[in-house]
Amino acid sequence: MTLQIKHIALAKSAKLTLAAALAVAVFPIAQSQAPAAPAATATAAAPAPAVFKQAPLPYAFDALEPVIDKATMELHHGRHHKAQYDALNTIAAGNPDVAKMSIEQLLANVSKFPAGVRNNAGGAWNHDFFWQIMAPADKRGSPSAALLQRIVADFGSVDAMKTQFNTGGATRFGSGWVWLVVKDKKLVVASTPNQDNPLMDIAEVRGTPIIGNDVWEHAYYLKYQNRRGEYLANWWQVVNWNEVNKRFDEAMK
Amino acid sequence: MSAPFSLPALPYADNALEPMISAETIGFHYGKHHKTYVDNLNKLVDGKDLAQMSLEQIINHSAGKADMAGVFNNAAQIWNHTFYWNSLKPNGGGKPTGKIAAMIDKAFGDYDKFKTEFANAAVTQFGSGWAWLVQEGDTLKIVKTSNAEVPFTKGQKPLLTIDVWEHAYYVDYRNLRAKYVETLIDKLMNWEFAEKNLSA
Repeated sequence: MTLQIKHIALAKSAKLTLAAALAVAVFPIAQSQAPAAPAATATAAAPAPAVFKQAPLPYAFDALEPVIDKATMELHHGRHHKAQYDALNTIAAGNPDVAKMSIEQLLANVSKFPAGVRNNAGGAWNHDFFWQIMAPADKRGSPSAALLQRIVADFGSVDAMKTQFNTGGATRFGSGWVWLVVKDKKLVVASTPNQDNPLMDIAEVRGTPIIGNDVWEHAYYLKYQNRRGEYLANWWQVVNWNEVNKRFDEAMK
Repeated sequence: MSAPFSLPALPYADNALEPMISAETIGFHYGKHHKTYVDNLNKLVDGKDLAQMSLEQIINHSAGKADMAGVFNNAAQIWNHTFYWNSLKPNGGGKPTGKIAAMIDKAFGDYDKFKTEFANAAVTQFGSGWAWLVQEGDTLKIVKTSNAEVPFTKGQKPLLTIDVWEHAYYVDYRNLRAKYVETLIDKLMNWEFAEKNLSA
């Protein structure tokens, strides 16, 4: 750990000569997706209010230990997810069509917007969802009878569903997500690249996600390194079935 | 099972790039990720005609074919990683000299403009992928590719690369991809390797 901190300090002390390109590069996504006109010019009198607000993590950063470590949660929520909200707000400040929509509306119409909306509204929603469908040990619950019945009908067993889900996550090459989706009142496993999700109008499998796991390397690298399969297998221990049951009921209405 | 492909030796010791890239990172990146691509490809080509082809032939043959995605991804990632290790060297980086320096000035204006463009490509590649300095005809270009994609399937000759999969920098830099990229450009780029890759 000390070794790693030292590296960052060293990089920090290096003279930054790429002022313009790298000033905002702590949030690389923000940089890549920022509109050409600086947001500040539209609202010179006062800083633009953040249209989209990132919610605090709904539990302590160490609440998912030992499956997901505290440091990973701090970076994941505090830097990666935050950067996506920041970038989305930067886009919204320069684009009223983005600012007036909800994140869900943006996803449903994502093909009509620049790639920055796809990447950052996607990332904002995916992580909000991800935090909610995990929970501390005393709040995880178990699958409802209705959900179990649907899982058995569509996969044969809970284990078969988990196997298919874990395979979907393991075989998503590069960065992305794996989902359990309600589609036409049935459950299917799907995976999406980068920050895409099944709510997007461009998704191969469109539907309502009720479970989703993040297989970007930042989600697991500090603890699991190259062992994505082990992360996927362990991850089921922290699923918030109470929330999944609720989302399942809602999607089946 | 025959194993036509093997993991090439690292061109330096696993701690030779410290403190810019730690031995711990190399241990996973070379010892696990790169090795796994080799093991996977050997399994995928076992008993097939593909086993008789060179790595470059397999990459060109499988590029863009949906039913060969597994072969392409593993073959290209073997190639990309070998090229990445050779793109780095201890006490490298900074402004090059000689033929490549003149080509950089001609293509980008000056070294600083090249550096900005190279860093920008690496930082803005969304998700997993690579940033490249390539030769196209008699000029140089910066390109970025996603996941396992390689420039040479599109007729561009790779000269240098930076890996921006998170596994390349997460242990040492966490989410700070821009710091990783600038550190590599300033301190580790192997310009002799780039010059050697130039076609006459």
